[in-house]
Parts: sequence; C-alpha cells; structure tokens
Amino acid sequence: MSSNTKTGALVQWIDERFPLTSLWKEHLSEYYAPKNFNFWYYFGSLALLVLVIQILSGIFLTMHYKPDASQAFGSVEYIMRDVPWGWLVRYIHSTGASMFFVVVYLHMLRGLLYGSYRKPRELVWIFGVLIYLCLMAEAFFGYLLPWGQMSYWGAQVIVNLFSAVPFIGEDLSIWIRGDYVVSDATLNRFFAFHVIAIPLVLVGLVAAHIIALHEVGSNNPDGVDIKKNKDPKTGIPLDGIPFHPYYTVKDIVGVVVFLMVFSIIVFFMPELGGYFLEYNNFIPADPLKTPAHIAPVWYFTPYYAMLRAVPAMFGSQFPGVVVMGAAVLIFFALPWLDRGKVKSIRYRGPRYKAALAGFIVSFVILGWLGVEPTDFLGKVPGTSLEVATLLARVFTLAYFAFFVLMPWFTANDTEKPEPQRVTW
Amino acid sequence: MGDSSKEGQAKPASSSRRYLLWATGAVGAVGAISVAVPFVSSMLPSARARAAGAPVEVDVSRLEPGMMVTVEWRGQPVWIVHRTQEMIEAIPKWADRLADPDSSQPLQPAYVDKNTRAIKPDYLVLVGICSHLGCSPSEKLKAGPDSGLGADWLGGFYCPCHGSKFDVSGRVLKGMPAPNNLKVPPYRYLTDTRILVGEDSKGA
Repeated sequence: MSSNTKTGALVQWIDERFPLTSLWKEHLSEYYAPKNFNFWYYFGSLALLVLVIQILSGIFLTMHYKPDASQAFGSVEYIMRDVPWGWLVRYIHSTGASMFFVVVYLHMLRGLLYGSYRKPRELVWIFGVLIYLCLMAEAFFGYLLPWGQMSYWGAQVIVNLFSAVPFIGEDLSIWIRGDYVVSDATLNRFFAFHVIAIPLVLVGLVAAHIIALHEVGSNNPDGVDIKKNKDPKTGIPLDGIPFHPYYTVKDIVGVVVFLMVFSIIVFFMPELGGYFLEYNNFIPADPLKTPAHIAPVWYFTPYYAMLRAVPAMFGSQFPGVVVMGAAVLIFFALPWLDRGKVKSIRYRGPRYKAALAGFIVSFVILGWLGVEPTDFLGKVPGTSLEVATLLARVFTLAYFAFFVLMPWFTANDTEKPEPQRVTW
Repeated sequence: MGDSSKEGQAKPASSSRRYLLWATGAVGAVGAISVAVPFVSSMLPSARARAAGAPVEVDVSRLEPGMMVTVEWRGQPVWIVHRTQEMIEAIPKWADRLADPDSSQPLQPAYVDKNTRAIKPDYLVLVGICSHLGCSPSEKLKAGPDSGLGADWLGGFYCPCHGSKFDVSGRVLKGMPAPNNLKVPPYRYLTDTRILVGEDSKGA
C-alpha cells in the first residue's frame, strides 16, 4: 500500500496508532498456509461464517422475542406470522443452529483424519473442544426459548441430570432452574446465557483458537511440517502460500456452495423432517403433560443414547451422566493419547484406519439410536433387554475404546513413511 | 529500589516485596470471591418461587377411611388416601398383575415401604399425574364390578386418557400405556394426623 495516495496516507496514519497493516499481514496476506489444503479445509471458515450468521440473526430475533413463560411461545409465533420477514430470520437462526453442528462435526473429523490435534497444535485443539462445549451449552439454552413441549421437557430431562450428582445434586438442579420445576425463572436465565454470557465466551475462544493456530501454523492433509523447508532468502515456507488471496478465494467457493445448501433448507425444508425443528415443539410447553417420546435435537443424540444405555446403578442415574460427560471431555486428552509417528491418515497404518472407521460408525449409530425410543427395535428374544439398548451399550464401548486403546494401536501400527514435502 | 543505570534488567524482588505481592493478591481474591456470592445466590429460587413451592400441610384427622383428598403442591395434584383395612390387605394380592411390584424405579423416597409405598400403610400420599402423558388419573378405590373395571378389580386408580390402571399403592399394572408407577412426593408426619407434603426430615 503506497503512502503517496490518499488511502495510503490514511493507512499510514492508522498504522502509527493501531497495528492495522501488521495485523493484516500476520493473519492474512503473509500468513503462509500449506498449499495442499483440500475439501476438508472448508469447514473452519464455514464455522466462522455460521457464527456470524447466528449472531446477526439472533440480534434481530431478540428485538421481538419475549423471555417470559407466559409470552415466549406466543412471541415466537408472532415473529413467524406478524413480524415482516420474521419467519426468514427465525428459520435462518434455527437452520444455522443445526448447520453449526454439521460444520463443526466435519471440522473435528478433519482434525482426526489429518492429526491436526498433534504437537504443536494441542492448544488449538483444546480451544476447539472448549468451543464445542460452548456450542452445546448455547444450543441447549437456546432450545428452551421457544417454550414448546420439547423445549420444556428437554430442559427438564437435562437439568434433572444434575440432580443425579450425589449429595449436592438436588440443590444444584434447583440453583440451575431458580425454581423447583422448569419455570419462568429458568427461561429468563437461559435467555441471559444464550444471548450474552455464552456468546461472549464463544467469541473469545474463537479468537484464541485462531491466534493459537496462526502461532504454530496450519496442519495439512500430509501432516508434514511446512516450516522445515523454507526459502533460504525470504524465510517463507516453500510449500506455503499466503492465506489471502489464495485461501480467501478458495473459501468463497465453499461459502457459495454452503449458502446454496443452507438456503434450500431455509426456504424449502426448514423443519428438515423434524430433525432441525421437532414437531412437538409446535405445541406450547405444558408442565402437566409429558410428550410420549422425548428426544433431543439430532446433534445431541449420540450422547443421549449413551445416557440411556448405562443402567441405573445403586438406584442412581449418575453413572449414565458420568459416561455422557466423559464422552465429550475425553476429546481433551486426544493429543496425549495418540502415539503414532505420522499425523495424517494417508500414512497411518491399518489399525488406526480401522479404529477411526469404527469410531465414526459408533458415533453415527449412537446418533441414530438416540433419535428413536429405546423399544423401537423390540426385545432380545427370551430376555427383557431391548435390542436398541444392547446396541447402544456395544457402540458406547466402541466409542470409548477408540480413545482408551489409542496409545496401543497407534504405537504398534505399520505406518507408511511421510514425504519430505507436501503432496496433492 | 532503583539502580536506573540497569534499566530493563529484571532484578529479583526482595522477599518483603514478594510477600506484599502475595498478600495483595490474596486480599484481592477474597474480595472477588465475596463479590461472587451475591451473584451466585441471585440464581437461587426467589422469595416468590419459594413461597409458591413451599410444602403444604394437610390435616387428615377428618379424612374417613376409604376417602381421598387432593391438595396442590408445586402446581401438581397430590392425593392423600386414607386406606381401609381391606385396601391394605389387597396390596399383596396385586403383586403378580403389576409391572414393578417392588418399586424398583426411583419414584418414591427411600423411607417409604416398597409395597405400601407409604410411611404408615393407612395414609397413601401420591402425586396424581400419570407417568404416561401426564393426565391426572381418577380414583377407583372401590373394589369389584361397581368400579366398572371388572369383577376382579381390587381398588386403585384409572387414567381416563389412555386407560392405564394402577393399584391402591399407585403401582402400574402390566401392559399399560404408562411405563412407571405413580410418584410419591417427599413428606413427613408433623403429628399423627398432620402431614407435611413436600418436605421430609432432610428438607425439601
């Protein structure tokens, strides 16, 4: 940017007061990313896009929504019917919630495929898992706000999980609800968490995630370190290209395709067959009437299936709650469980490949089981055990085996040698 | 403490300065925790919520055997049944027709009997909400064909919404739409004839 134009003079004026050009260079025009990014590398920038979509659509929803148990359901219907374009804003927000998880699950899978959590990117991964936890909290708190039957009973079930904690559980769940049942007090505070507390933490964590990433540099589909081969004159990695314009332009392609899918859902199938918006939630919350079948939205169902699979022990639901919590928290340990010498799936041995395939299958099947009632597959002949519960137990074990056995199957795997430079 | 000629070179802090730093930090931490108390406490049930959720005292001295009274506790109907001797004797007779005769599901406080589901067999205290879809079942305490539920009916409860039947302890019969027994709320006896619903010896 030359300083003999008016724009240049303005930039220089700013640079003397704020590091605009150096930030631009550090994070965009001179941030050197590996040149072999593929399809899987769209989902980071798409996650950022969905975050922006959710924040913007959310701001406009709060202009009309009432966080009051007697008005909440009606105010959502008011947004849908009376507020100009309110239906669009709301469908964007509800579709965005599900698409956030679609994008984030694929982003996490990319990390598993290419070993993006490995040294030196442990903190990038940890910030990422914290973002995932925040997203789950954000989704859970937000789901109560429409005050439909599934909002109400879903919150009831999840808050009751805390009452399973030994000794302090009952008081803890009362503290969370602010009442003895899910009520107006609960709705009001969930609104506060959903629109300000969690989003602030989320934005901070996203910043930390990106700062940590730019400190260590991006991984790539080969899992090799591009900083090992630098141009001796410039010090720029030989396999690196500036993020801007190369990857900003690439990501625009991803954004266009993503927005096409997003728009098709928003305009033609906003409920997505009951998966994005559950039918029971079109009935106002009724504390005296439990729906026949309570299921969370699809992105929570793998964990919900685990919760139901663990039998009550000593008359307490607590073991199931522990298993469900551990299933999420165990992601934090991943960088230290993996003993493989190579990072990328391209050079991993058959054991890791089989284990990862088993993990993905387990996660998907648990997700499917969590959508359905536990008796939907009938009973194991000759016993009182439900087939679905048995399957959920088997796949819960497989899910945890992926993590717990990882130090062994990664240390004794027949890996292929990594290349010196990135390939395509 | 400055030797200004060695600017930029960190000097080890003296032990008294380090002590002051720690002391200041500790006082600051105590202050921060103290300030957190009102914020965390503000999330507890408000006075209004506590009043609405307060335990309900019921005088059962004028409740004749075989009669039932309904009180409201936390927005839910709570039944108090003065069971007759015949009803109490009928409790074991139900066993082979019940889904969960020994109350294995945690739907009652630990201090009630698993079969009578009461502290004293004479007085049954139950939350009157069907475990199926939350309708409130009707009392069919009279045994026999007069109940409209067949000659072998031993007396209990019947949910008009989807036909679930419960025995005189609120235990669900086999093969009913309702999956579980009715819930027994926490309660305790203030005197022989005064029951406090919603609070036991451990508190609410």
